[in-house]
Amino acid sequence: MRVVLAEDLHLLREGLVALLRAHGFEVVAAVESGPELLAALVGERPDVAVVDVRLPPTFTDEGLQAALTARRQVPGLPVLVLSQHVEQLYARELLADGSGAVGYLLKDRVFNGEQFVDAVRRVAAGGTAMDPEVIARLLASNARNEPLGRLTPREREVLELMAEGRSNAAIGQRLFLSDSAVGKHTANIFAKLGLAPSDDDNRRVLAVLAFLNSK
Amino acid sequence: MTSARPTLVALGRGAALAGLALLGLAAGLVMLAAVLLTFLVGLVVVFPSAVRLARAVTRVQRGLAARWSGVSIDEPYLPAPPPPVPQADGWYRDGRTLYKRPTVPAFNKRWNWMTKDPATWRDFAFLLSAPVAGGFVAAAPLLAAAYGVVWAAGGNPVMGAAWILLAVSTAYWYAPWAVRMHGRIAAALLGPTEKARLAHRVSRLDAARTEVVDSQAAELRRIERDLHDGAQARLVAIGMTIGAAEQLLESDPQAARALLGKAREASATALQEIRRLVRGIHPPVLAERGLGDAVRALALDSPLRTHVTVDLPERASAPLESAAYFAVSELLANAARHGDATEAWVDVSAQGPALRVTVTDDGHGGADPERGTGLHGIERRLGAFDGVLAVNSPAGGPTTAVIELPRAFLARPAPLTPWRYLGRLCWALWPIPLFPQGLVAMVLKLVGSPVKSWFLALHMPQPFQWPVIVGMIALGGGLLAVALASTVRTREKEGGACA
Repeated sequence: MRVVLAEDLHLLREGLVALLRAHGFEVVAAVESGPELLAALVGERPDVAVVDVRLPPTFTDEGLQAALTARRQVPGLPVLVLSQHVEQLYARELLADGSGAVGYLLKDRVFNGEQFVDAVRRVAAGGTAMDPEVIARLLASNARNEPLGRLTPREREVLELMAEGRSNAAIGQRLFLSDSAVGKHTANIFAKLGLAPSDDDNRRVLAVLAFLNSK
Repeated sequence: MTSARPTLVALGRGAALAGLALLGLAAGLVMLAAVLLTFLVGLVVVFPSAVRLARAVTRVQRGLAARWSGVSIDEPYLPAPPPPVPQADGWYRDGRTLYKRPTVPAFNKRWNWMTKDPATWRDFAFLLSAPVAGGFVAAAPLLAAAYGVVWAAGGNPVMGAAWILLAVSTAYWYAPWAVRMHGRIAAALLGPTEKARLAHRVSRLDAARTEVVDSQAAELRRIERDLHDGAQARLVAIGMTIGAAEQLLESDPQAARALLGKAREASATALQEIRRLVRGIHPPVLAERGLGDAVRALALDSPLRTHVTVDLPERASAPLESAAYFAVSELLANAARHGDATEAWVDVSAQGPALRVTVTDDGHGGADPERGTGLHGIERRLGAFDGVLAVNSPAGGPTTAVIELPRAFLARPAPLTPWRYLGRLCWALWPIPLFPQGLVAMVLKLVGSPVKSWFLALHMPQPFQWPVIVGMIALGGGLLAVALASTVRTREKEGGACA
């Protein structure tokens, strides 16, 4: 799988390259600035891009802007954004085109190599990978949302994991539930939130995120 | 009869002002006595009471000037000194002397406050001169009529009738004017001088700066403590854990692996702590996107349904953005916490060079800047930039808070519209037709001088000379009129934009 990587800190960049290579990815470009990133994304058309939000030359949200621009030119280009902090605002902007294949994680998540690589694979496959903290803040700002209050604690746990972008199978593994139990919970959640059920994991996740973002 | 009413009102007010002037004179004499007693006899205790009396009388004068004459006069006095505070040992220090009771230090403070304030002496001057200046002007029609009555009573009805007629016939114009005039005379002595105004502003800025420096120092101490007890301590622990793991690597790889796992967890916690700290110092989204998007991010994180509108021409300076951001953050948190609100509206816009942020919520209101420490904190933060916070929160809601930071954006010169361009052209050209080609040519023509120089009119054939001169004068006058009109119009526009 071909990856473009953008990260300005040398050590972290090398670390990420090593991590991705070790898991069988082919790193076609490892760049350190916004303009370089945009050129690499549009030129290389990678299977997935791993991008730091803050990049030279301005050290603002260069990386995010480059990723958004590239996705406008190459719709559905899978992008996983990394940052020292997460903002709902940025998550919204990434999800805005509704085509999925986006990830938004705290940089800390690379500590756990397995889970990080899993997230990269999920994004490359057209899914989403939202940081648990993004989801926590989304839910906190939806605290007064009527339908959410009607969920049982278990259903809420399932909702959180689903919003992070996990498949039913992964949720079952995480919560030690059978596939059919997870299926029942998701059906309940969708009924309570008034969403149209769907068999496709990715589409289900996007529906949940859209619901949470519609505050 | 209806037109007589304002005249009668003005006459009544004039009479009242004259009466008040007499009262003021009495207060002035009391104060004169007090000053003499104080500085000649040394009876200092009477002085503060006399000053208080003088201030009470002049306060009434200021109130009347605002209500009757339409002249608003600010109080010019220096702020009152705070009451003396005892030292740790219970004594009160005043200079190099210690007192057991606060009476003397309090008196000394009050004494300095009163004698060193020029407004005290200006009040004094006003009270002694008011009957002459203000009262006389205000009561002139009545005095004229009274004078007439005196003449008539003295056996000269013609003079008496003349004076009374004069008083009655001019009262319609004179009486309202006199009341206005009285207000202006009062303003000259009772208002703050430019120097006092500046001194007041300096002392306010000084206080704001001290508060900012203090709160900044406290903030830095808090950050230092947070780093010291939090992230720094965790990094030490991580280092030690990794060191221990290193030693166990050969002998007990299983334990080493467990230790490394722990180190990783600790590093994640340290990162979390630093992230929280950074958010409190300078939120990353503010640095990356500026005020507009940072406020949008705040709105998304708020449990309230928050609507944000932003209209900014450019980014303001970083400290200003930060002050505005934390103010909005606090206001939204307040609305969610105390106000029971479900919906909020935030409007961020530039008003000329000023930045204005309005936060409205549908909560139950009753917020009071005097009581809330949060609101006071916002005011302090804004004060450093001459910014202000106005809160309107009637019981029952809604609450509206307006933040205004002047000079947030560079004032850029207005674009050169065709109208302004024409104005400038007219300003540059109007003297040429009016003076040399018009008036000077006219003088030369009248004198019959043989000099023609570059005066177009004099080079013309005889019958056209006068029309050209007049035309030139008219052209010059016309250009001047256009220039003036353009300037007035631009001023009005700019004034309107600032208001």
